[in-house]
Amino acid sequence: MPSEPFASSTWVVIPMYNEATMIRTVVEDVRRHFPNVVCVDDGSSDTSPEEALAAGAVVVRHPINLGQGASLQTGIEYALSDPAMSALVTFDADGQHQVADAVEMVERLHRDGLDIVIGSRFIDDRTNVGAAKRAVLKTAAAYSRFTSGMALTDAHNGLRVLGRDLAGRVKLRQNRMAHASELIDTVGSLGVKWAEHPTHIVYTEYSRSKGQSLLNSVNILVDLFFR
Amino acid sequence: MFMQIVFQIVAIIVIVAAAIFTLRGGGARHQALRRIFMVFFIAAAASSVAFPGIWTWMAKLVGVGRGADLLLYMLVLTFLGFVATTYRRFRSLERDVTELARHLALAEAGAGQARDKPAGDTEPS
Repeated sequence: MPSEPFASSTWVVIPMYNEATMIRTVVEDVRRHFPNVVCVDDGSSDTSPEEALAAGAVVVRHPINLGQGASLQTGIEYALSDPAMSALVTFDADGQHQVADAVEMVERLHRDGLDIVIGSRFIDDRTNVGAAKRAVLKTAAAYSRFTSGMALTDAHNGLRVLGRDLAGRVKLRQNRMAHASELIDTVGSLGVKWAEHPTHIVYTEYSRSKGQSLLNSVNILVDLFFR
Repeated sequence: MFMQIVFQIVAIIVIVAAAIFTLRGGGARHQALRRIFMVFFIAAAASSVAFPGIWTWMAKLVGVGRGADLLLYMLVLTFLGFVATTYRRFRSLERDVTELARHLALAEAGAGQARDKPAGDTEPS
């Protein structure tokens, strides 16, 4: 039984695409703290939807593959359809995020009256990030600092907590990976209350194989410039 | 001489076919602009078949040198324009498809009825 006070009014949104190996464990882990989990299946060709269902998640299925940004937006809209929802967590399907971090972030959102709590793997030194990945992520964060005016240390962390009000105002139009920067830009332009929260990212062989290639940052830049 | 006539006939057929394909079909207001450009382009292409010297003459006029160079520049510009408009159309198409797919996905998942379901009714205890 979840003990956290906000657990039942929180929805965890997990975009997934061909994550059958891990999704069941991830959803079960999350549901120990947050009973409401919506997995947005982005047209997986494996058994991801069945696995997620078996773990007790609600599964929303895109009929075709649209990208992670589109999946997040779909999940946000699903969560908004529950009038009791007070906060939503965006969570990666590959198991690299810690549920304990999410719990802390939800509590912090409510306690400090924030609109969004953004995870950062660079606030403390729990997360081991390779030099090349670190350089790219730091550049991305610098870009977001520049465009949004927010003093961020990490811009592409998939773990975030959004309050209901902000969730209703977010409209992600970047279907693919550029949505992370887009979300930050939205937050920056709306001038809402935000905070960064230290998160521990556990890179496993699996998450590494599912993660994006560093070359994809080129695509992200192009998507952002020619929106 | 004979080859030149054959080339001219083939070129005219290609230009006429291209003209028919691009000018047909309904569309929005700004499509008209593109079509005016297209008519200009077709006229230019057709006249260059009949008067091969016209490109060199025009190239001299704008100070580019050879007619073939002028043709290449215009081709590059047109191609870049094509890439840009195609990109935009693709993005707007993608946006529409996304909206459509999202609507379908949410409707199938019974979003909106989530309120009838007490939160966490299937939670492990």
